Amino acid sequence: MDARVHHPHPVAGVHHDADHGFLHSVETGGAIDGPGVRFVFFMAGCLFRCLYCHNPDTWKLHNGRRVDADDMLEELARYAGFLKLAGGVTFSGGEPLMQAAFVGQVTTRIKEELGLHIALDTQGFLHESLDDDWFNPVDLVMLDIKHIDPLRYEKLTAQPLQPTLDFAHRLKAMQQPAWIRYVLVPGLTDGADDVARMADFVAGLGPNIERVEVLPFHQMGASKWAELNKPYALADTPTPDDAATEAARDVFRARGLVAS
Amino acid sequence: MNVYANASSLHADPWTGFSDGAWRTEIDVRGFIQENYTPYEGDDSFLAPATERTKALWEKLGELLKAEREKGVLDVSADRASSITAHDAGYIDREEELIVGLQTDAPLKRSIMPNGGLRMVENGLEAYGFKLAPEVKEVWTRYRKSHNQGVFDVYSPDILAARKSGVITGLPDAYGRGRIIGDYRRVALYGTDFLREEKKAEFHALDDADFDEATMRLREEISEQYRALDELREMAAKYGFDISHPAQNAREAIQWTYFGYLAAVKEQNGAAMSLGRISTFLDIYVERDMAAGFLTEEAAQEMIDDLVIKLRIIRFLRTPDYDQLFSGDPTWVTEVIGGMGEDGRTLVAKTGFRFLNTLYNLGPAPEPNLTVLWSTRLPKGFKAFCARVSADTSAIQYENDDLMREKWGDDYGIACCVSAMRIGKQMQFFGARANLAKALLYAINGGVDETSGKKVADGLEPITADVLDYDEVVAKFDKATDWLAKTYVKALNAIHYMHDKYAYERIEMALHDRDVLRTMACGIAGLSIVADAFSAIKHAKVHVIRNEDGLAVDYRIEGDYPAFGNNDDRVDDIAVWLTETFMDKVKAQPVFYRDALPTQSILTITSNVVYGKKTGNTPDGRRAGEPFAPGANPMNGRDKKGFVAAGASIAKLPYGSALDGISWTASATPSSLGHTEEDRIANLCNCLDGFAAAKGFHVNVNLLKKETLLHAMEHPEEYPQLTIRVSGYAVNFIKLTREQQMDVINRTFHATM
Repeated sequence: MDARVHHPHPVAGVHHDADHGFLHSVETGGAIDGPGVRFVFFMAGCLFRCLYCHNPDTWKLHNGRRVDADDMLEELARYAGFLKLAGGVTFSGGEPLMQAAFVGQVTTRIKEELGLHIALDTQGFLHESLDDDWFNPVDLVMLDIKHIDPLRYEKLTAQPLQPTLDFAHRLKAMQQPAWIRYVLVPGLTDGADDVARMADFVAGLGPNIERVEVLPFHQMGASKWAELNKPYALADTPTPDDAATEAARDVFRARGLVAS
Repeated sequence: MNVYANASSLHADPWTGFSDGAWRTEIDVRGFIQENYTPYEGDDSFLAPATERTKALWEKLGELLKAEREKGVLDVSADRASSITAHDAGYIDREEELIVGLQTDAPLKRSIMPNGGLRMVENGLEAYGFKLAPEVKEVWTRYRKSHNQGVFDVYSPDILAARKSGVITGLPDAYGRGRIIGDYRRVALYGTDFLREEKKAEFHALDDADFDEATMRLREEISEQYRALDELREMAAKYGFDISHPAQNAREAIQWTYFGYLAAVKEQNGAAMSLGRISTFLDIYVERDMAAGFLTEEAAQEMIDDLVIKLRIIRFLRTPDYDQLFSGDPTWVTEVIGGMGEDGRTLVAKTGFRFLNTLYNLGPAPEPNLTVLWSTRLPKGFKAFCARVSADTSAIQYENDDLMREKWGDDYGIACCVSAMRIGKQMQFFGARANLAKALLYAINGGVDETSGKKVADGLEPITADVLDYDEVVAKFDKATDWLAKTYVKALNAIHYMHDKYAYERIEMALHDRDVLRTMACGIAGLSIVADAFSAIKHAKVHVIRNEDGLAVDYRIEGDYPAFGNNDDRVDDIAVWLTETFMDKVKAQPVFYRDALPTQSILTITSNVVYGKKTGNTPDGRRAGEPFAPGANPMNGRDKKGFVAAGASIAKLPYGSALDGISWTASATPSSLGHTEEDRIANLCNCLDGFAAAKGFHVNVNLLKKETLLHAMEHPEEYPQLTIRVSGYAVNFIKLTREQQMDVINRTFHATM
């Protein structure tokens, strides 16, 4: 495989090197980042500027620690026995596809050397530059779709929706097991119509969609915005209650999807 | 009240249906269990909810508990010193109770036990507005000496100084030492006549021994033991039961066992009065009665619920200081559940489930301190039920059966929080703990206390350099801990000599074999602070800031250092080295009272807050007064990689050098453990398996929302049963001091990103 990923439409800020990357942090006991208990690599760098981002400290690539594949494998290997039993490893961020060349190297090696279940938590925005082979080591794609309406999507994330939807269709074509993740934000994404349209879209994708996760917005990221001295638009937004979250899940369930 | 179809539902031969093993002719409860119990591999679907009777009784008690919360102490029997037979029978509701027996003649009425120390009794009474009867005071001032007086008659100046400064603290020199578990099951299986005969035989076996001091002490103790057994029988008779013979059905088995325990808590106000390992034992009786058609599931659960109600209202009169140290009213009625047998069968039986089910039937509570002996090989159904109970109540703790079984066999219990001991065959001399963080400051300041400016440890030279040099600090710390171990073991020898002499646990030891293994259970606090401090000294640069007297009072760290709790060997190895080194220093002491085997724990209970108050700035960057991390926990907020990495660091601490237990408290929000209940249960089970497989020793699992805790601080009346795990036990959150509540909240809530 070519060490450099081919970019039909070069995107500013993307990290092309395959031999090193930037890691923001790790979480050894992530239980909400894929099936079971996950070792989560939070990769640095993201092009999105979601209003409700709970990791704004991961936006900048160079806020991360420079690492190579050996570093990542070495840290992960200590937990491999446990992770085989309990879950696996998840690449999140930030946006891991910002460092796709590097992440691809690492996932390939993890699969070969440790045999762990690998999940990729992504917006899908940068998928166009990747060959299908890139996804071979990835067992599960967790695709975050922030909104189903293109205008609202762009307002919310500062990026266009279409690449993400294209990626969803591509996952179907590739028969790539996937979860769709949808963050329920009061006033922004919880409109009855929005949820229904999203559910319709997901229902049209196919059997590779194993689960839809409706995640209630929370305020745990608020302090990070404050630390970064960035104005936080959602300071007063409440966390949706259990009933509202369940109701949104039911909209997906009504279309035959597994939602949690 | 009788749950049985009719009052004659008794097995005429109490041992009918049981095996013909050696246990019939000599005391061997383990043998009895092994030959007669029914392992249970299923799930919790058989369990029965609380009956109306149970609910009514619990509600009735609820009113008294509310009144007690308001007053601090509801009532005290200050007119007499407690003993096994000092009080008449007492009831919550005589007609409705299935299992009877109270410590005094009324529920929540506390007794006084001046054998431990009269001043503790007087202070406790005064704090809650009660007055000691003059005749009691006269006896314990004019005629009878207490344990406390004995200890202070022999303490040396170095012990007094160390005690005052807090470098050694929590010593059981003014109160009962506890941490002894009678084999209360023996009362049910054999009846008191049989036990008395056995004790007599043990006594006479020594008739021809040389009458040296040890032999005479033992003979006197055995005489006290069978006298205590007579008193136990007399106590039961006040409730209308003849326990001279073995129990004839499950209800009697529960009642007899409880009577044994009740006698112990009438006689001793021990720091921890644990119950042992009774559930699988009792299950044998329940199974037999069910097979005979005597009992339904509902009735069986009802009896366990009733027993647990009794265990929840065990009370001791203690001082507000003591309560502040230990958070509320802990009694550590620790009961272990689960575990695997040496033969590979699980020791899980249905009655273990029934004990856990009380947390649903009666709501969560800190006592009894339900402790699950976790093995990776436990049946799936039991693992899942434990995880669910944890998620719903945060009231149980887990300890590694795979580690302990190797060391202590398969019939051990846990005294207090994490102290394993073979039931009826082993006891410990409880030794509280030494403050390693303060010892490090003494190493730097040449034995001068950083808060008082007074010399506490002699023979130490201060460090005068402005930047701490790793090798120099190691060398000085070595000397400081030599001094500490020596002073500490002297204190413990004094304490336990005097406790045996003036406050001997007659009934508890009557329910032991004659020759028991005694451990001298030392302990250390501040492990993560000292490990981090050494890491900072080694991997960063630590500047010393001294006051005008030249005393090091603060530190400035230049650069980063790896902190304990991130699965980083650069510092975890230091924590291992500290654990092993201090244990070795203790072991090197020349004398242990009664040839006790020295052990140590890494446990702070909730005194991590009090230790923090007494300890100045430390070279890891912790500020003076800031709480220590509890037990073996990493310092707050320094474990940056989540709980799996934190657990991996803690699991490296060698159990062989901390045979009295290593405590870890892990707190998380429920939502961080999975999106669905099913996920949360599966994830928790896998984490517990992973931690056990990595040789992790103990973990408290708290699954709580921060908001709930904050709300409970403001509206305690709405949360009478909110329970959280701290170090080796559980507490009512609302009974913590505000400082302790904030400490719990500030501690790493492992809310994932």
